[in-house]
Amino acid sequence: MIALIRRRARRWALNGAATVALAYILLPLIFVVWLAFFRQEIPSFPPEGYSLRWFAAILDQRKFVNGFSISFQVAALAMVVGLLFGVPAALCLVRYNFKLRGPLANLLLMPIIVPGVVLGTSMYVFQVEVENGLDMDVIGTFYALVAGHVVIVIPWVVRLVTASLSGVDRATEEAAQNLGANQWVTFWRITLPAIRPGIVAGALFGFVTSFGNLEMSLFLVGPGRTTLPIVILQYLEWKIDPTIAAVSVVQILLIGIAMLITDHYVKLARVV
Amino acid sequence: MADLSLNGLSKHYGDFYAVREVSLTIADGEFLVLLGPSGCGKTTTLRMVAGFIEPSAGHVRLAGQDVTLLPPWKRNAGMVFQSYALFPHMTVAQNVAFGLEMRKLPRADIERRVEEALALVRLSGYGGRLPRQLSGGQQQRVALARALAIRPDVLLLDEPLSNLDAKLRQEVRVEIRELQRQLGLTTVMVTHDQEEALTMADRLVVMNEGAVRQVGSQRDLYERPADRFVAGFVGRTTFLAGTVEAPGRFRSDGGLALACAGGLPGRAVLSLRPERVEIGLQPRSGLDNALSGTVEFVSYLGALIDIHVRLSPSDRLVVQIANREGGFTPEVGQPVHVGWPVSAGQVFNE
Repeated sequence: MIALIRRRARRWALNGAATVALAYILLPLIFVVWLAFFRQEIPSFPPEGYSLRWFAAILDQRKFVNGFSISFQVAALAMVVGLLFGVPAALCLVRYNFKLRGPLANLLLMPIIVPGVVLGTSMYVFQVEVENGLDMDVIGTFYALVAGHVVIVIPWVVRLVTASLSGVDRATEEAAQNLGANQWVTFWRITLPAIRPGIVAGALFGFVTSFGNLEMSLFLVGPGRTTLPIVILQYLEWKIDPTIAAVSVVQILLIGIAMLITDHYVKLARVV
Repeated sequence: MADLSLNGLSKHYGDFYAVREVSLTIADGEFLVLLGPSGCGKTTTLRMVAGFIEPSAGHVRLAGQDVTLLPPWKRNAGMVFQSYALFPHMTVAQNVAFGLEMRKLPRADIERRVEEALALVRLSGYGGRLPRQLSGGQQQRVALARALAIRPDVLLLDEPLSNLDAKLRQEVRVEIRELQRQLGLTTVMVTHDQEEALTMADRLVVMNEGAVRQVGSQRDLYERPADRFVAGFVGRTTFLAGTVEAPGRFRSDGGLALACAGGLPGRAVLSLRPERVEIGLQPRSGLDNALSGTVEFVSYLGALIDIHVRLSPSDRLVVQIANREGGFTPEVGQPVHVGWPVSAGQVFNE
């Protein structure tokens, strides 16, 4: 009897803690979404009414549309370049045993751990040095911004591809070679399909990280090439109308859709 | 199909020799089994034949060509892996077709040969399934079909039956053997299971610590083991430790004076096959060795009965008898007489 009560109590405690944690994560999102539909300009409770005017307002303001466009381009390009570096890096880390493997693995994961401001500062200083050394425009250019974002995409790709690579049966690769496939064909036909879930998940997380990055981008953007998070920040310095909430809703929706589509092809829960 | 020869094949990692100076010739259509405990170098040898491990020394010749330095994909060897290593994202038919695609065969030929290969392993109609939808035994047969489809010069089997349950294993043994004979496939199989090795092989190679200890037929290995290791590894045997006093005279550590065949004076073991020793309640007559002892332990195996007999404080012998109607039924503690001819034992000097 006491054992039963204890078990119940334990389950209640666990469920309670889970509910609190979930609420803590979801409440801000729920409020942002709610706010986006308020009619009045100064957010206050209870709402005076609901409207879609703030969504329409986004399109009226070029800076949001531009910011979105820049962020999207940067994230997409950074994701592609990040894959080109991250996938081979993960292959090396899993498949080859070399002296600096441990340190290299940590180095590649570091950008997730280092605070964004520190990363941004160091990236900025580095780019100043490069600009001086090469005597060409670096800072504030689109490609310099992308280069910075590549650094924060790589850890996700390496992390997730490494995880899925360690699940690949090496014997399947040997079987392919035994049947006449050279290393390249083996990689394309056997290894790549096996680690596809890890690659897709790594790409998605890298994209989302890049798209939402604020701290590092603050150091690297040039005039007229402001990313969406920075546009939002700048807007908030002057106004607090629900436009920002509407922008956030659009952003949440897009990322949510991207995750749903990805999940349709690879079960994210299995990789992450 | 073609013959295969290994010449002085070695593989060492630093000072450690995984395989040492292995030379073997496998004739066209022969079924050779590499037998040995784990870590004896049998799998390393097989992987050198397949090309996954580069030998430190020696040569591999396949179908008249020196393939020692060729990568795996340039050797026409079909391998069945212990884990089957089926491609999980491809259907059964795509798995079997893989090697044929690599050989750039026309689409129609590929389809025909995939059908043939699947029919050979009795899996016609399973082409559209994914490997994970098949049972272990079926997966094993797909792996076999995939290796056969490329019409390899040599078929390499790496512990192919170890993941099957005991009942299925016995069926598959026969099946693989029949298929091998019917197709005239030169085959090398690696196993640590002596029963498997004995039932399937034309010829066996016993390996230990990287080296070949003996090559021969089942009968050779059992009747005339080359050394103590082979005697102990192939079949069961009792070793009595002692000393050869003079050729033909063996004295056990327990003080038993025994007649034996040959042997050089010095420390040695006398190996006795359990079924070659006679046992009964009456003294044995007409045998070179006749002793008395006490039954210490009996295990009833159905068709056979194992009897452990204490001959002296430090000598214990295992005797195996057939379980016949009205035959001897031993009881623990019973005094018994045992005996054997000189030819039943073998002396190995240490």
